[in-house]
Amino acid sequence: MNIAPTRGSGIILSAIPFVLIALIYILGSAERRAANPEDKLLPPISEMAGTTQRLATQPDRRSGEYVLWTDTAASLQRLVLGLGISTLIGLAFGLSVGLLPIAGATFGTFVAVISMIPPMAVLPILFIVFGLGELSKVVLIIIGVAPCLIRDMSIEVRGMPREQLIKAQTLGASTWQVAIRVVLPQIMPKLIKSVRLMLGPAFLFLISAEAIAADVGLGYRIFLVRRYLSMDVILPYVAWITLLAFVFDFLLGLFARKAFPWAYTEEAR
Amino acid sequence: MSALSFRNVWVEYGAQIVLERINLEIAAGTFLSVVGPSGAGKSTFLRLILGQERPSQGAVLLDGEPFPAEPGSDRGIVFQRYSVFPHLTVLGNVLISYEFERPLTARLFGAARREAIEKSEAMIEAVGLADHRDKYPSALSGGMQQRLAIAQALAKRPRVLLLDEPFGALDPGTRTQMHELIKPLWRELKMTIVMVTHDIREAFGLATRLIALDRPRRDPQAQERYGAKITYDLDLTRDGAVPVLGFLKTSAGNG
Repeated sequence: MNIAPTRGSGIILSAIPFVLIALIYILGSAERRAANPEDKLLPPISEMAGTTQRLATQPDRRSGEYVLWTDTAASLQRLVLGLGISTLIGLAFGLSVGLLPIAGATFGTFVAVISMIPPMAVLPILFIVFGLGELSKVVLIIIGVAPCLIRDMSIEVRGMPREQLIKAQTLGASTWQVAIRVVLPQIMPKLIKSVRLMLGPAFLFLISAEAIAADVGLGYRIFLVRRYLSMDVILPYVAWITLLAFVFDFLLGLFARKAFPWAYTEEAR
Repeated sequence: MSALSFRNVWVEYGAQIVLERINLEIAAGTFLSVVGPSGAGKSTFLRLILGQERPSQGAVLLDGEPFPAEPGSDRGIVFQRYSVFPHLTVLGNVLISYEFERPLTARLFGAARREAIEKSEAMIEAVGLADHRDKYPSALSGGMQQRLAIAQALAKRPRVLLLDEPFGALDPGTRTQMHELIKPLWRELKMTIVMVTHDIREAFGLATRLIALDRPRRDPQAQERYGAKITYDLDLTRDGAVPVLGFLKTSAGNG
């Protein structure tokens, strides 16, 4: 419990699980190849690299597009739109529900109920109402993510010490001013934390929607090539999606630390 | 400088009576200490002045006028904890009270901002935090945070300053420093101060008047049926030894 790794050994330790997985995969892949040269389940790394390179640098023979990049652009557009709108909704509603007793009484229970609806169950409704285009995918992400953000934010606002809100009023602040100068800046770090946690669900909703009805996108591609057992496409795509999610998470964390240093002074000590 | 009057004030929560028949005239410029056991309605008394709570009966008047039942800038407050905004620097914490003068943006720009910064810096200087102007409250000690809270509360020159056990969480040395800080500020700014405290020495040492709240009658079957009243009301301005409650003012007042 009291033995902590140094900086250098920490990096090595954190690399060990990755190296192990890669090693197991390479060994397994080689063994299956030796038994059956046509094996598709565990393609060797070289084959995956070749496929990835083809998808990323050569235009598709039929459509003339660079598949990996068009897929990534389409998926990211949906994800960023969905998450961005959810964040705005979560912030605006969460703040009002938490700060204003009247808004809390009106929307509190409603949001609690809405957030219990399994988003995948309403996906057919979204396809019927919003069509099979971009809108239904973005709306699915919003329905899945926004209610949770609203609840997170309203709980955070309610958890703020009353003393601060009263103090602000004794300094002459109106409700609006308390909202924008006292409450809003203080819930921003928590908002970013919540959005980081919602990255996983957002990707889940995105890929599900793309798997069911889309003509471009990361999830669409995975489910398309599944029919041909093209593990050499699926595995790099999964790795790519994971990397994208990880980078998002990392950038949000970095941004929060830079923009709200006061919220992280405790950790720095 | 403002006078406060309590006219036959009762506070009840359902069947529970917290304060009963409080009649009190607090002259302008008084430094009033409020003492009493826990649960005797000290905080309720303060919340009445703050406007956070309304009396069930009677009225609280500021300079003879009833005031709106919500906190406003004519009454400043320093709480025991959570008084400063953690997301603003020392300067920002004082500056924000001037920035609230802009209704929509609550921000100041250009010359108005420079002027407000000068005023804020003067306040920060007055409480001895000039060297810490750009630090966040989490980097300040408890005593420094309370100094900041006082600077913040005084920035808008409130007519009445309320102190809710402001020094209760501080160590004795820091507390003495805070006493030495607040007394000249009170004289200089000619405010009316109402301080709730558990520290009897502090109550006698700082104030010009002291009231004790307690429940003089108790019904063992229904404890909540009798509220707290003012059981002692002492004038501490007269010089010389005033024997009160077994304390001598001179010996208690030197701390």
